[in-house]
Formats: sequence, C-alpha cells, structure tokens
Amino acid sequence: MPKKNKKDPSRRDFLIKGLNIAAGTLLGGGILASCTKEPEPQGTGEKIKVLTADGQLMEVDRGHALCCNAPTSKEVRKGISGRHFVMVIDLSRCRNARACVNACNKMHFLQPGHEWIKVFLMQDSDDTSPYWMPKPCFHCDAPPCVNVCPVGASFKREDGVVLIDNMRCIGCKFCMAACPYSSRVFNWESPPVKVSAKFSPETGVPQRKGTVGKCDFCPDSFANGILPDCVTACPNGVYFFGDKNEDVVTNGQESVRFSELVKDKAAYRYMEELGTRPNVYYLPPVDRRFPVQEGFEDIPENVKKGYEVKRAHLKKFKF
Amino acid sequence: MNSPELAQKKLVEVISRYDKPTVLGKIMFIFFFLVLLFAIYAFITQTIKGQIVTGMRDYVVWGIYDVNFIFFIGISYAGAMISGILHLLHVEWRKPIIRIAEMITVISVIIGPVFILVEMGRLDRIFNIFTHGRIQSPILWDVVAILTYLSCSILFLYLALIRDYALLRDNTVLKISKFRRYFYKKLAATYIDLPQQKKFLNRALTIMSALIIPLAVLVHSVLAWIFGMTIRPGWHSTIFAPYFVVAAVFSGTAVLIIAMWFFRKFYHLEEYILEKHFKYIGTILLVLAALYGYFTFSEYLTVWYGSETWELEVVYKLFDFSAYGAWFYLAAFVGVLVPMIFTGLPFLRNINTITIGSVVAVICMWIKRYLIIVPTLETPLLPLQDIRPEYAHYTASWVEWTLTAGGIATFCMFFMIFIKFMPIIPVADIAEVSEKKEFISEKL
Repeated sequence: MPKKNKKDPSRRDFLIKGLNIAAGTLLGGGILASCTKEPEPQGTGEKIKVLTADGQLMEVDRGHALCCNAPTSKEVRKGISGRHFVMVIDLSRCRNARACVNACNKMHFLQPGHEWIKVFLMQDSDDTSPYWMPKPCFHCDAPPCVNVCPVGASFKREDGVVLIDNMRCIGCKFCMAACPYSSRVFNWESPPVKVSAKFSPETGVPQRKGTVGKCDFCPDSFANGILPDCVTACPNGVYFFGDKNEDVVTNGQESVRFSELVKDKAAYRYMEELGTRPNVYYLPPVDRRFPVQEGFEDIPENVKKGYEVKRAHLKKFKF
Repeated sequence: MNSPELAQKKLVEVISRYDKPTVLGKIMFIFFFLVLLFAIYAFITQTIKGQIVTGMRDYVVWGIYDVNFIFFIGISYAGAMISGILHLLHVEWRKPIIRIAEMITVISVIIGPVFILVEMGRLDRIFNIFTHGRIQSPILWDVVAILTYLSCSILFLYLALIRDYALLRDNTVLKISKFRRYFYKKLAATYIDLPQQKKFLNRALTIMSALIIPLAVLVHSVLAWIFGMTIRPGWHSTIFAPYFVVAAVFSGTAVLIIAMWFFRKFYHLEEYILEKHFKYIGTILLVLAALYGYFTFSEYLTVWYGSETWELEVVYKLFDFSAYGAWFYLAAFVGVLVPMIFTGLPFLRNINTITIGSVVAVICMWIKRYLIIVPTLETPLLPLQDIRPEYAHYTASWVEWTLTAGGIATFCMFFMIFIKFMPIIPVADIAEVSEKKEFISEKL
C-alpha cells in the first residue's frame, strides 16, 4: 500500500516540524527573557567575612556582598513592611520659595520643565483668597495610574509608595492620561544630564528617554532614616513626612503626632471625591504666614511665565 | 451553460477589466510608495530624537497618532458589520461589494495598530506586554481583542476567497505566471466545488460572520474603555463604548462607499457595482448618521446640563468658537446632516452625491476623534500652572502629519497590491447568482 506508507512519513514530518517550531518559540522566549533580565553582579574573586542574621560567620564574594546591601528588585517592589508613609503639607506656611522644587530637581537630575513637584497658585472660588499649593505625587492608595499600566512598570508598594520601574516602562503614557492630578512627566528626549548610576525605581535616577517619571517619596532616603530632600530643603517647614502606622510626622524641626495634626488642623486630601485615597494631606491655608504676592518676588522670569498660562476665557453657554 | 464554465467566463471578464496596469495606476502607486518612504524617514527621526519631535507634551500625551488609531479601527467596521450582517441576513445584492468591504477591514486592522506602536515611547520594549502583561490594564484587553479581530477578519476574507482561488487555479485563458499559479493552487486548498465542500465552506462563512460581529463590537468598546476608564472630563462616560461603536460603523460604511466609487470608476466595474448598491448602502449610512447624531446629542446635552466644573470646561471648549467651536460644529452638525441629506432626499440621491456625503462623513469623523482626545487632555483637573507655556496647547508636528499621510498612503497601496492577488468581485458567488437568474428566466 504505497499510499499509506506515504502518509506516515508526512505525519512524522509534521510532528517533527511542530516540535521544532515549539522548541524555536521556547528558545526565542528564553532569549527575550534573558534580554529583559538584569545582569547578575560579577564575582570579584576577593572574599570578605560577613555575619549572618543567625550569628554565623561566613565568607562570601565581595561583589555579592555589595549586591545584598542594595535592595533587590523584588524588595524594591515589596517595600518596607509595616510602614505606611504619609506627607502633610501645611498650606499656611508656603510662599512659593521653590526650595523644594529645586532640591528635588537637583537630587533626581531633572531638567527644567520636568519638575516632579509643582507649586500652584490656587483660588477655590472668586470670593476666597488665593494661596500657594505645592503638589508632589499623592501616592494614592487606590492609584488609577497603577491600575492602567499594561506591564506593571508602575507599582504600589506595601508601605504605600507608588514607584515607576523605567527599565520596564514601554512609554504608552496611559498612566499620565489616567492620573487625575497630572503628577507624571514624560521624558520626551534623552535627559541632557548623563548619570552613571545604576537605575533603581527607588531613586528614579537616571531618567530614560521614552519613559515616565514622577515624585517617588524618596524611598532610598527613608530606608536610611533620612527625610526626602523637599522636606529638608523647605525653609518654612511646609512639608511633614512620616509614618502613619507610627503616627509621627516631622518637617525636620518639629515632630508631631500625625493623627492629632490632621484632626486639630482639619486636614483634607485634595479632591477626595475622586476616590483615589491620596497619602498626602493638606492643612488648610488659614492664618497664613506670608502674603500671596511674596511668592512672585524672587522667582526667575521663566518660572513666572509658567503662572501666566491662563485657562481660556470661554463663553458661557447658559439657558 | 453549466456553472464552472460560466464562472470561468465571468472570471476572465472581471479580471480583464482591470488587470492591465494603467499609467495613472503606476503613478499613484509610486506616489503612495514615496509618501510611505517619507513616513518611514519621519519615524526614524522620531526614534532617534525621541518624541520631542512630535507635538505631544506632558499634558496632551496622546495626539493624532491615537486619532488615527481609532479612525482606522473604526473604518475596519465596513467588512465586519456590513459584510457580516448582510451575510447572515442572506441579502443577495451584497455579493459584488463584500470583497471590498472585507479588504477594508483587513487592511485597516493592520494599519491602525501601527499608530499605537508609533505612539509608544519605548517600542523596543513591546514584548514586555507579553512577558509582564497585566490583564487589569485596558491596553491588554485591547491587544487581545485586536489580535483576535485581525486573525478572524483575515480568516473571513480568506474563506470567502477560496472558491475564487479554485477558479483561478483552474483557469486556462488568463495569463497567470508560474509563481502565481502555485500561490493560487496552495490557497485554493483542494477545493473542487464538491457539494460537501460547498456546504462546509458556507457553514464556516456563516460561523465567521456571526463571530466577527460581536468581535468588532468588542474591539471598539475596549478602545472606548481605554478612555472611559479614566476619571477625566469628557472621557469618563458610560455611553462611550456604544458611542464609539456607532461612530465606527458610520465611518466604516462611509469609507466603503468611497472605495466602491473608486473601484467602479478606475477599475471599470460599472456593471457590477450598480447605483442600487450605493442607494442601499446609502440608506444604511443614513440610519447610522442619525444614530450617531443622536448619541452625540445625548452625550453633550447630559454633560452640559449637569454642569460639573471640569466637564463643563471641556464642553465649553467644544462649543466656543475661540477654542474648538468651529471644528465641533463641523463634526457634529455638518458631518451628520450632509450625509443624511445626500442619502435621504430622493432627488439629490445619486452615486456622486452619496459619495460626497461619505467623504464629508469620513473627514468629520476624523475631526470628531481629535475632539474627543485633545480637548480633554488639555483640561487637567489642576490649574495649568508652573509649566512651560507651550505645554498647555497641542499642535501636531510635521512628523505626526507625515506618519498620518503615510498611513493613508499605505492603506491605498495595500488595496492596489491586494487586488493583484484576489479578484475584487467575488466571481464564484456572482456566477451562481446569475445562473439562478438564468434558470428562473428559462422557466418563465
């Protein structure tokens, strides 16, 4: 039966081909995965002695020891357990000194126009008086930006911080459209300042072309017990930073109980009605220390221009 | 005359109408190709310098790339809805135009997503979507929906083509190169018009047309949800999905009419694509225009009457002539009323007016998509302060316009290439219809 004989090899052929294709796909996937993986630190050959958690002395390679000091990418995504970082911003103390903006820009090597902190001149209605409102990322507990990220480049940590892994970000900008507070900035071109540091979502440095950046609450600082730069830079003590679980916030000069502060001063969260549950609280601008006009006094011309952008005066279409 | 002979005769007759390349055709093809090359140059510029060369900035993060994406996915509805629904309803007159409709679908579903790829900041990391994909993100829904839709519409087009490929394979009159004959032989997949084969093929086509309709609806709904899921004024609306679907069918039908006009005129298919086809599809366009106008009215009336601060700001931007007023009135009134008048009033209704109405509809639908995306992004909830003044307003750059032109050119070019490999009229089906007619007339 020649016909039947002919049939069998073709089937075998098909099977072999199928297996080849499957193997090829797996191999391709493996190559792809290895491309996306971060390189393992190389051993230096030099051994050092370290003490393990259970009190034993061990000899390890120096290269590996260094790696263990910095949090692994898994730890970065998890955050510090048992913490819940919050910020309280006292609007009565702000006079748009812009020390926070400049310190943040310096620390994160941000180019002008890409500030992670913005200071708004707010006026809630025509009859109320204007006030300055600094705005970092709110690190919401229900963050719309994290929900919409297709690759998990934006993530929410256990300690409440929302970070961006700009090594994974594909630059779709969906998070920027989804964030109701416009807290995110995009690197439209290669950052002019070259930073040689290895990227970590905790530092947000260096920025990369085609990815998103935003205020990160400086988790690399507070892991070492240091306050974020905006907090320490502010000459008027506007920013209070701390741990909600510990119930303490501090602006560097004074430490206060978080729960008492927000209760006594009737703190609010901006646009609570959006349901994003921000971790940044504002103390209302009552008994202000500075007149609003002072905010315009010693800021550079190009920054001043940024306040002249008016919303279009639109015709009212009423009945 | 028995059916294969008749079909072969029809095939030769149809193909010889347009198979000879004309000078105009060649010039157009070269022109489209040059536009495509220029678009590739623009894309390379953007890849090297970054998206700084586009008009997009921190507030308006999506520009006309996204408009084009929605636009092309929208016109893909021609094949899915028109061809699918008419197939399910066994409408006989659909036969000369379904191939055009299905080609529009496949080509636009190929081109549309390219604009999303171009819009991404890091195209080199596209595979992260598969290695790190999160199903919570509407973008993932979109990827899944569009890939399914694309494969189904290619299958739908191919299944309808099998009988024609069988005819081409068996043809002895036409000059067909060896390579092509091989290609046709493979694609005809041993189809020899056995009753059983025919039955199975028909069943497969019915299943595909039933499948492609919900798929198409889903694709555009997911697209609308990308916007609808965000809490932004002008986007966060529950009717966004059906609104997008209706808009898509509307623009898809209009593009189908324009394509019919072009093929009739330049491929000499006057005897196949008749005035009645324009009138029938025109009636569908009329209904869709009315439906689309109703959705527009409902959406903006609700928002305007409700007068929420941010929603109102977007609506005022659309209503006011100092902002987007002129464009909005053009898209919302002219774009609906002109097609309705040309397709609705019997004394105005002819092939050319219906086509003009469709051109107006297509242009206005593009503008409408622009008005959905840009004004909302220009209206952040926080004040437009402490920014570079140029960030506040969006104007598309030459790179974006070039890539848009490249998309349209590729659309036309793909059509010209596709036609070389598939008969523009489903000959086998047409032959069957005329055979039936002969049979009836013989009896009478």
